[in-house]
Amino acid sequence: MSLVAELSGSIGSVGFGLAAIGPGIGIGIIFGQGVQAIARQPEAYGVIRQNMLLGFALAEALALIGFVVPFVYGT
Amino acid sequence: MAGKAVMAASGLNCHFETEPRCGFPAPGAEIFQFDAIFTFTIGSLQVNVSKVTILLLLGAFIIVGFFTYAFRKPTLVPKGAQNLGEVGYLFIRDGIARDVIGKGGDKFVPFLMSFFFLVWLSNLWGILPGAQIPVTSIFAIPVAFAVIVYLTWVPLGIYRQGFVGFFKNMMFPPGVPKPLYILLAPIEFISNILVRPFTHAVRLFANMFAGHLLLATFQMATFYLLSFTLIGILGAVASFAVSIALTAFEALIMALQAYIFTLLAAVYIGGAVNAEH
Repeated sequence: MSLVAELSGSIGSVGFGLAAIGPGIGIGIIFGQGVQAIARQPEAYGVIRQNMLLGFALAEALALIGFVVPFVYGT
Repeated sequence: MAGKAVMAASGLNCHFETEPRCGFPAPGAEIFQFDAIFTFTIGSLQVNVSKVTILLLLGAFIIVGFFTYAFRKPTLVPKGAQNLGEVGYLFIRDGIARDVIGKGGDKFVPFLMSFFFLVWLSNLWGILPGAQIPVTSIFAIPVAFAVIVYLTWVPLGIYRQGFVGFFKNMMFPPGVPKPLYILLAPIEFISNILVRPFTHAVRLFANMFAGHLLLATFQMATFYLLSFTLIGILGAVASFAVSIALTAFEALIMALQAYIFTLLAAVYIGGAVNAEH
């Protein structure tokens, strides 16, 4: 097996950085659309906020798994 | 004590600008390990009681005590503690149970309310002086909470929809082209039965773990930078200000995570109770 590139040091933090890209974009979209929806229909604030937080929680879990895994499988 | 281990690992007697110099002693996962204060055995089972155990039990005791006190003599026009208790009750009933579970949600209000306040107070121990450790940042505790929720909604769904109906509704959502079920059914099964309880616990745990680590890093940096030089004073003050701001941010996150944990529990229960036809 030939080595193309090598990384040493705190690899877990690099992994977390990669894991945070997707959820970061997702959370941005969720809150952006949520705020837009509230601006269009302020009387539906309660329902929109609840679903916004639900979507946020589901997207955020992916980043958090990326945060926890280095602690679990780290050397 | 954990404090001693942290001090030994970090060498709290060295600073950035004064001799003896050292690198930044970043706190790691060892700040979540607590030695047992006392130990007792039941049969062959050894029970270690640490600071975290005591805080968890104290939290449960405070919540039971407060709501028992608030509703000891309920009056039609609430006053004092009853007022506060009713605000909490209505927040869970109208904001979560009725909205998410719908009809028949009132039955689950005690369940959801216990979870909301216990998780909130368990999180809040992280910024309360003297405690300074969020109980939910010890992985076993959110796991226990998530297992209780899991053992509630799965049997409930099987009871309400029948064993076959429960898995059919879960794995074969309507309105999808037939061949797609080959792909969809296993994904739905894995995501509902295996991933759901895992992320439910990890979400709470990782938020509290990361938050505590963040606070510890800036508090440690305050002490590390502190010395009577220009850089030392400026650095320590800036780091201290950041740690104060982060404490306020953490207070927000703690309430939000307790709300999200309860909301998700309600969503799972709601999905089990009201099957989509």
